[in-house]
Amino acid sequence: MTLTATGNKDLLRLRLDGELDHHAASGTVRSIEEALRIYVPRALTLDLSGLAFMDSSGIAVILKAQRRACELGASMTIENVPERPRRVLEAAGIDRIVNLI
Amino acid sequence: MKEINSARIEFLSRSANEGFARAAAAVFASQLDPTLDELSDIKTAVSEAVTNCVVHAYPDELGKILVRVRIFEESVLEITVRDWGRGIEDVQKAREPMFTTGGEERSGMGFTIMESFMDKLRVRSLPGRGTTVVMRRTILQREKK
Repeated sequence: MTLTATGNKDLLRLRLDGELDHHAASGTVRSIEEALRIYVPRALTLDLSGLAFMDSSGIAVILKAQRRACELGASMTIENVPERPRRVLEAAGIDRIVNLI
Repeated sequence: MKEINSARIEFLSRSANEGFARAAAAVFASQLDPTLDELSDIKTAVSEAVTNCVVHAYPDELGKILVRVRIFEESVLEITVRDWGRGIEDVQKAREPMFTTGGEERSGMGFTIMESFMDKLRVRSLPGRGTTVVMRRTILQREKK
C-alpha cells in the first residue's frame, strides 16, 4: 500500500495505491494523519483510483480520515473509486455519509 | 449435495496472512470459472472472516486459523473459516451493522459485507472455544464461447 501526497494548503490530494485491508490499514491511517499535520489543508481529497482491493478495513480508514479532516475544519471528498471498492462502500451504506465523486 | 473438490490451509493469525488467505481461496474458486466480480466478492468475504480471527479471536497472541474451501455439485462454493480463539459472546449482536469491539480501527461492517457478498452465512461460536464461519456462494454458469 502506498500513499502519494500532492497539493497545498487549499487542497491536499492523497492517492492510495495497492490493497487496503486490515494489514495495511494502520500504516495508511498514520500516513494520512501525517500528511494532514504537514499540509493542514482546507480540503482533503482521497483519490482511490489505484486501489486493487478494499474490504471493510478501508471503511474504518476512510471514516478516520474524515474525522481527522473535520477536526482540522477541512472538508473531505473521495474520488475515482474503482467499481469493486465502491461495492464495499455501498454494501456498508458508507456512500451515504461520505462525499463520493 | 455431493462434494466435487476440497482444499484446506492453516496459518498463523498474522495480519500478513489476510492477503494470502483471500488469494488462495480465489485461486481455488477459479476452477468454477467465476466472473471477476464473483471472484472479488469471494476475496472480500474471506478477507473479512480472516480479519475477524486476527483481530477478535486472538487479540493478544498468535493462534491457528483454518480455511477450508469446498466445491459441491451445481457450482456451489463453500468456504469455512475457523479459529480456536476467544469466541463471540453474542453472535446475533456481532452480526449487527456497525457493531464492533475493535475500537475506531474497525468499522463493524465485516459480517454485513460477508452477508452481502455471499449467498449464505452461518456463524457458530463458543466463548473461549473459538468461532466457525461458513459461507456459501453459487457461481453462475455462463455460456461457454
